[in-house]
Amino acid sequence: MSIEYRTIQKISGPLIFVEGVSGVGYNELVEIRDPEGNLRRGRVLEINRNIAVVEVFEGTTGLSITSSTVRFLGKPLTIPLSTEMLGRVFNGLGEPIDGGPPPFTEEYRDVNGLPMNPYARDYPTKFIQTGISAIDGMNTLVRGQKLPIFSGSGLPHNLLATQIARQATIVGEEEGFAVIFVAMGIKHDEAEFFKKSFEESGVLKNSALFLNLADDPPVERLVAPRCALTLAEYLAFEQDMHILVILTDMTNYAEALREISAAREEVPSRKGYPGYMYSDFASIYERAGRIKGRKGSITQMPILTMPNDDITHPIPDLTGYITEGQIVLDRDLHRRGIYPPINVLPSLSRLMKDGIGKGKTREDHGPVSNQLYAAYARAQELRMLSTIIGEEGLTDRDRLYLKFGELFERRFINQGVNENRSLETTLDIAWDLLSIFPESELTRIPDYIIRKYYKRK
Amino acid sequence: MRIGKIIRISGPVVQAEGALGFEMHELVMVGNEELIGEVVRIEGDIITVQVYEDTVGLKVGEPVKGSGMPLSVELGPGLIQNIFDGIQRPLTIIREVTGDFVRRGVKTTALPRDKKWHFIPLKKVGDYVKPGEIIGKVQETPLVEHRILVPPNREGKIEYIVEEGDYTIEETIAKLSLNNTKYELKMYHKWPVRKPRPYLERLEPTEPLITGQRIIDTLFPVAKGGAVCIPGGFGTGKTVTSHQLAAWSDAHIIIYIGCGERGNEMTEVLINFPEWKDPRTGRPLMERTILIANTSNMPVAAREACIYTGVTIAEYFRDMGYDVAVMADSTSRWAEALREIAGRLEEMPAEEGYPPYLASRLGEFYERAGRVKTLSGLYGSVTLIGAVSPPGGDFSEPVTVHTKRFVRAFWALDTALASMRHYPAINWLISYSEYVDYVEKWWNEKTHGNWKNLRLKALEILKREDELKEIIRLVGIESLPETEKLVLETARLLREGFLQQNAYDPIDTYSSPEKQYKLLYAILEFHNIALKAISKGIPVSKIISLKSISELARARMNIPNEKAYEIDNILKRIENEINSIMEESS
Repeated sequence: MSIEYRTIQKISGPLIFVEGVSGVGYNELVEIRDPEGNLRRGRVLEINRNIAVVEVFEGTTGLSITSSTVRFLGKPLTIPLSTEMLGRVFNGLGEPIDGGPPPFTEEYRDVNGLPMNPYARDYPTKFIQTGISAIDGMNTLVRGQKLPIFSGSGLPHNLLATQIARQATIVGEEEGFAVIFVAMGIKHDEAEFFKKSFEESGVLKNSALFLNLADDPPVERLVAPRCALTLAEYLAFEQDMHILVILTDMTNYAEALREISAAREEVPSRKGYPGYMYSDFASIYERAGRIKGRKGSITQMPILTMPNDDITHPIPDLTGYITEGQIVLDRDLHRRGIYPPINVLPSLSRLMKDGIGKGKTREDHGPVSNQLYAAYARAQELRMLSTIIGEEGLTDRDRLYLKFGELFERRFINQGVNENRSLETTLDIAWDLLSIFPESELTRIPDYIIRKYYKRK
Repeated sequence: MRIGKIIRISGPVVQAEGALGFEMHELVMVGNEELIGEVVRIEGDIITVQVYEDTVGLKVGEPVKGSGMPLSVELGPGLIQNIFDGIQRPLTIIREVTGDFVRRGVKTTALPRDKKWHFIPLKKVGDYVKPGEIIGKVQETPLVEHRILVPPNREGKIEYIVEEGDYTIEETIAKLSLNNTKYELKMYHKWPVRKPRPYLERLEPTEPLITGQRIIDTLFPVAKGGAVCIPGGFGTGKTVTSHQLAAWSDAHIIIYIGCGERGNEMTEVLINFPEWKDPRTGRPLMERTILIANTSNMPVAAREACIYTGVTIAEYFRDMGYDVAVMADSTSRWAEALREIAGRLEEMPAEEGYPPYLASRLGEFYERAGRVKTLSGLYGSVTLIGAVSPPGGDFSEPVTVHTKRFVRAFWALDTALASMRHYPAINWLISYSEYVDYVEKWWNEKTHGNWKNLRLKALEILKREDELKEIIRLVGIESLPETEKLVLETARLLREGFLQQNAYDPIDTYSSPEKQYKLLYAILEFHNIALKAISKGIPVSKIISLKSISELARARMNIPNEKAYEIDNILKRIENEINSIMEESS
């Protein structure tokens, strides 16, 4: 039985400072008994001589210096792991909240995980067809990738995420597939929306939900993704399953991180976020991937709302530096009724090149995507120009680009919420659009591909 | 043995008291598990240690033991084709010990102890060898002859040297004597990572590092022994550019440091490099490559060390008389590791929370680049190419600003270009290279003397395009004179047919200097021919719809290096087609 300390010296935000401790390990799990006798959990953030700084997952409301007690458990936070956890709902600490019994298992694991050895990684190359042209055609997702959705308040990122979860398939393969959904500080009705759409599409029985909602304690938000990813690693690498992890909303996660950092009086870097936010994000995002000699995989799709739609804000910025690309949603496209409102220009999939092409998708996939990018970028540039000088100031060739831009948004990007396009369809639409140009404009496409697919109109 | 007792633990930073006699930057063993750390501050009997492994579970009161030596790397056969973590532990061995995930507390040596290497002595008994001299060689890979050096702090008369044969690196291969002191030499020695290795003298960098990337080699070249900064927001292609440089640069040895970046990127190198062939020798690129990987989720303190580990290994190969190129992706993560540790030490921050010594650390690092005459009288170089990840793509942030002070070439990656999928997204208006004058002679010898003029002409047209775009924004393109419209078209050809380069196209990915020159020459010569046609009243729109022009725009993808002469034929066809338009109209 470990010692029960009654020596809380200071309570500040989500932190408590416990004095006179000995034998306490860095990052170990702590149990706090509040004046009502309820147990809360926390972990050690720092030890300085005989003072331990502890963050309390459930928050410090109601704790007092005189009547709360603290015990150090000598081990880090662990969660139980079992395949029975699919179809269940948990809180941010991995405890069931759906009224069912705790999962029966012997297997417990530290939620912090361990870094994957880069030498043990297997490179993601398997194309996942999402049925969405803007993604499949131009920002292809592959198994084991981490591809976030950069969105803004009021944009249909949730709708898009559920469409992806519903439609994502690997053409010609039937294997164990499951979704792990992590809610961090999102609203109740958003969580309900996900639950409902998983239910309707039949994904729910193959998914585990970890919910930390907007009115749940912020510190728990820091633990929720780690619990979920620990389960994901277990299912992927021990049970050979393919796991899609949806994390929403990373912005709330980052806010919680800032809150703790401020309570510890740390030196802030940009916008008050802690200097280690990059490393902290990495400890979540890098838990995606594949391992040599194991069948399963973890694909991550974090969602974040960019504060003020600002892509240079530290949260999207640091995310973009770690993830393998990003899908950027655009308010202007949304206003014009385009769904999904994916702005392809700032969007990117870094792993696309290795998942496409001859023998994987189609030989023209890469060049077509490049040419679409170039043509659409040119169209956008000319759109700006024509608002100033009018269409009359443009050359015939320029007007062709304007027309392309319009068609591209209406026919290629735009599609139904339930429309599941095959890659063939996506590429055929692309050639249809590109064929309004004379051959000499298609400088990104090698000759032999032009000869095969190009049909001048 | 000196032992301190832990009094404070905060992430990767640990303080211990009762630690008298510890030295600054001494390697220490922390806690009961003997985690590896380095002393970074000493105050009285309290030392501060940055720990290179995860500190979870570490307790106050556990011991910190001194090792009596600074953090060092092992230098000898076995380096090439290896992948190390930030403190030179082979990730292959770590995987054998702890499985697919990296656990702490792995104790291993950097170089294999049991492997035998075929050693050929180059000196004999009675010879006097000076520090840094070559006493023998080992063919480490088909691409690399590993020259065995006398350590820079040893010299003497050879009393004994082994015969040609197979030896492990722990076997004594020679014995030296100097003033009655005797030393045993092995095939490897150790060197502290924070101490630059000595050389005889520094030389001017006069030879370009040919990278096969057109915008770099032709517009913003780097010399062997130079230092370059590649800044760019996320998605602008820093990593692809770094990989391209690592793959195609004409250095003898490539050291690729993945500092705080994605795990999959290291895997990509590990998968591609054994398959990709060196364009000059036809051998797998991996046979000249060393990887250092500290991915973003590996311990942060080791991120600080990995840069030094890499550059020290680079200097060692330089001392054998080789040209070494080091890619560090990304130095911002290294700077952030400095910041994180400084923050935990509660040091007074300067700009954006970075410690005040950020600039001097960057300076020290980039000064380790250079072309030198080695201790053994050979010529060798270390070229440093540092990627920078500025927050929000803002080049006025501290790491970019300070790095610019210590490098002489700046390849600015641009978000706008990247979103058009113009790769490499190096912005030609704000990038620069101070090495142009140094490498001019080399290029002129290969290109009949007009490389520099062509280069200037190309930059001039691109600059003029930028100005014209401003004008078009006001008055529209139709009101421009025909000669200005031609500038726009030539600039477009330059951008699409020369500056853009597809890293994933088998032909386009590497451009020989000859192909680069011919392409540039053809595009600029087209400009001259078209100017003549315009003066005869031919409209630009008629000229640019010629079939041969789109041939020129696609030549980079269609014409392989060994057939570069075909570019001349395209130019001839352009000339003929334009001439025939002129004849028709007159």
